[in-house]
Amino acid sequence: MSLYEWLLFFHLLAAFALVAGLVSYGVLVTQGAGDATRRAVGPPALALWNAGGIGVLAFGIALALEVDSYELWDGWIIAAIVLWLIASAAGGRLSRGVREGAPDGAQVLLAVMALATLALLVDMVFKPGA
Amino acid sequence: MIAIVRPDGWNLPLLVHVGGAMLLVGTLVVVPVVMAGALRHGDDAAVLSRLACRSLLLGVLPSYLVMRVGAEWVASEEAVGDPTWVGIGYMTSDVGLLLILIATGLAWRTQRRGVGGPARAVVVLAGVLLIAYAVTIWAMSAKPG
Repeated sequence: MSLYEWLLFFHLLAAFALVAGLVSYGVLVTQGAGDATRRAVGPPALALWNAGGIGVLAFGIALALEVDSYELWDGWIIAAIVLWLIASAAGGRLSRGVREGAPDGAQVLLAVMALATLALLVDMVFKPGA
Repeated sequence: MIAIVRPDGWNLPLLVHVGGAMLLVGTLVVVPVVMAGALRHGDDAAVLSRLACRSLLLGVLPSYLVMRVGAEWVASEEAVGDPTWVGIGYMTSDVGLLLILIATGLAWRTQRRGVGGPARAVVVLAGVLLIAYAVTIWAMSAKPG
């Protein structure tokens, strides 16, 4: 396997982990986050969201550096980084709220995370301007 | 960064396929997590096993359908032939559906009769599926053959 293929594999794996974290937070928010659900789903949600987020960014940047036809300042890559920042900011607030037991505006934060993640996926597939 | 060069016409089917696959794995991760929680916390077992069953019925199965429809759509747009990586995809998809259906039946039984052997089997099946899907993600990115 080439370096590009390894980087792409780990980038995709991280993206799947990110979405798994998002779905887990979705379960916590939409199922009322009772004590049992919060104890079972809260820690994996946080771990998957954080590991996925860091992995997507790190391996994404490495891919952009590895592939000659991509540059970090390409519009679609800058858009991806902005979307990543938006999702991370909302995810950070939601995870703090879940840990403290009473997340304020949890559904709004979840919606922001979901929309930013969906937009990231669309951006990665369509690569506008690439 | 899913592929460097591909015709624009493939983007929408690829989005459906990858989006469905991500939701499939995302909802599948919830299943062993909550079922293992049900096995650990006896008092809350009913709530958690119901959640595992609902995750399979309302999350995993519909996501599987979206992923598979997207896969067939991509395959119809591009003449991929029958290389190893496509074979791995179809194999994990077909066998995976069987395991998902078995896990759903076992989760349904657990929800009605309480946690025990079937709950442990659901955790194991979901774990096996997650490992198989990790191999599939590798095959889709490295495209062996």
